[in-house]
Amino acid sequence: MPEPFETHLDMTEALAPAAGGGGPVAASGADTLQGGGPPRTPRRLPWRRPFRPGGGLPGSSRGLWSDAWHDLRRNPVFIVSALVILFLVTVAIWPQLIADGNPYQGDLSKAQEGPAPGHPFGYDLQGRDVYTRTVYGARASITVGICATAGAALLGSVLGGLAGFFGGWWDALLSRLADVFFGIPILLGGLVFLSVVTSGSVWPVVGFIVLLGWPQISRIARGSVVTVKQHDYVQAARALGASSGRTLLRHIAPNAVAPVIVVATIALGTYIALEATLSFLGVGLKPPTVSWGIDISSASSQIRNAPHMLLWPAGALSLTVLAFIMLGDAVRDALDPKLR
Amino acid sequence: MTQAPDVTRLLDVRDLRVEFRTRDGVAEAVGGVSYGVDAGRTLAVLGESGSGKSVTAQAVMGILDSPPAFVTGGQVLFRGRDLLTMSPRERRSVRGAAMAMIFQDALSALNPVLTVGAQLAEMYEVHRGMSRKDARARAVELMDRVRIPAAKARVNDYPHQFSGGMRQRIMIAMAIALEPELIIADEPTTALDVTVQAQVMDLLDELRREYAMGLILITHDLGVVADVADEIAVMYAGRIVETAPVRELYRRPAHPYTRGLLDSIPRVDHKGKELYAIKGLPPSLLTVPTGCPFHPRCPRAQDICRTERPPLYEVPDATDTVAPGRASACHFWKDELDA
Repeated sequence: MPEPFETHLDMTEALAPAAGGGGPVAASGADTLQGGGPPRTPRRLPWRRPFRPGGGLPGSSRGLWSDAWHDLRRNPVFIVSALVILFLVTVAIWPQLIADGNPYQGDLSKAQEGPAPGHPFGYDLQGRDVYTRTVYGARASITVGICATAGAALLGSVLGGLAGFFGGWWDALLSRLADVFFGIPILLGGLVFLSVVTSGSVWPVVGFIVLLGWPQISRIARGSVVTVKQHDYVQAARALGASSGRTLLRHIAPNAVAPVIVVATIALGTYIALEATLSFLGVGLKPPTVSWGIDISSASSQIRNAPHMLLWPAGALSLTVLAFIMLGDAVRDALDPKLR
Repeated sequence: MTQAPDVTRLLDVRDLRVEFRTRDGVAEAVGGVSYGVDAGRTLAVLGESGSGKSVTAQAVMGILDSPPAFVTGGQVLFRGRDLLTMSPRERRSVRGAAMAMIFQDALSALNPVLTVGAQLAEMYEVHRGMSRKDARARAVELMDRVRIPAAKARVNDYPHQFSGGMRQRIMIAMAIALEPELIIADEPTTALDVTVQAQVMDLLDELRREYAMGLILITHDLGVVADVADEIAVMYAGRIVETAPVRELYRRPAHPYTRGLLDSIPRVDHKGKELYAIKGLPPSLLTVPTGCPFHPRCPRAQDICRTERPPLYEVPDATDTVAPGRASACHFWKDELDA
């Protein structure tokens, strides 16, 4: 290679990213050529600043995930919902922290009574403390929400991802199977399936939600994998000798997972509401498990003479669902590059 | 080219046929293409969009999407071994290690969520079983090798943080990582600025010489070809219409299509005159014209061109001896040569 060429190369190429990056754009082409600093020594600053159309601090963005985190940390919606969720999870694990009473113990003489000192939310039909029961109810809701979402996301993304990646009959089979589950009306399905279950614990409910929830995730995952599969870098990975498994796990999955996360986070809120609905209808959780749905159900007949019995568990449920859906929205905004 | 079997050739593609089975019918994207390249040489494959040049390359690499594309015939001999009859596992070990590919748009050909260092290192981890740390060190060496400034500092950057030219260099680095014998570059400079084009092309040419690799350069840009290619194969509608050593082709094209391409290059001494353009459009592969596929656009077309598909005629060189690798698929190649 002739010597003059190399000089030429370093000049133009080193300058190009500086103009596109976050560096001072004021310098015109002529300025750069005349006054340009030493082109041979690597100048670190200019090209280490990536170009970010959405603004933000230059030099702080790194790929999809760190960009997303960068956006999330500055999003008040995310901060508020994350704090609420953190609080709810803590309470679900250690309810004794904020409620020292017993959610099962009642004083029938105080049935349906309103707030009293030490019992700010009043008493329920059997004279149990509504505050304590509302606090203890978080555990069932959070457990169902998180476990059902994790299960549905895992099952859905594995099945949907494989369907999208391999295509053909495998795709056809899985997509039809997903359609079958998609077609089951969720409340009718719940009434039918869960009415035969005698256990009052959370696990049959979790299983049921996973069973009916995975098709939604699997459709998203399949579509996402099909889109990503067509990108040049997947073909490039194959052209450079990567196996199917490696292509799927290392090149496709990280690029396809964002929509799944978004849908799963939003679904979490709706799953919690679904658990409460099923419990309200008497086929979800059953006493003695403490659940907002059960308490709402038993309070609904007394709404005119003791509205506080309904208000508090229903308020807690609304707050929880809202927090998770807001979190999902914030995550979607952060992960969708088109919204930047 | 009707050459005798030749096991010393690096790559010998023979009568390769690829078809796309679509809802609208079967399109023959590649209809019996034969070309070859020797170690240390450069073959340029020239053609318009849809001429089948990229599909041929993908079939050679074995990365066609099937469905809809299917290889329906021919041989792809790499060092005398037919790649098309290999098991998928065998074939995968050839890809990347013995032959590699460079794509047109490096931004979309690099994984956006992985650092360039991770992607370069992956080559060594997958094929050589190197540890992550050793592979990372080799990645920095590679980036130095393709002259990326401050390689050590940039190895943990993501593809979107590089300029177009730098990204294409990284693409090239990935391709040469395992020192393959053959590189297929599919329009490696089309997405780049003109100044950067020349640099990337020169780098590629330099690396080819250094590692004595065979290079197949797929392009539609005659200007890029002239400097670096040894032989040229011109494709039209899924077939080769002319092959020639590069200087012969520029000096005395033997096919009206080649002449049309050469005439449509803007030239300084033609300033003020209207730029020549080949009339009409390339045919849809679903409805390739009968006879010579180029006849509806050909200024030289006669009745025979409408009915009879011309074979690849051997064409003698300037001294009137039959030159190897010089051929034209035109009934009137003699008239074209003398024109």
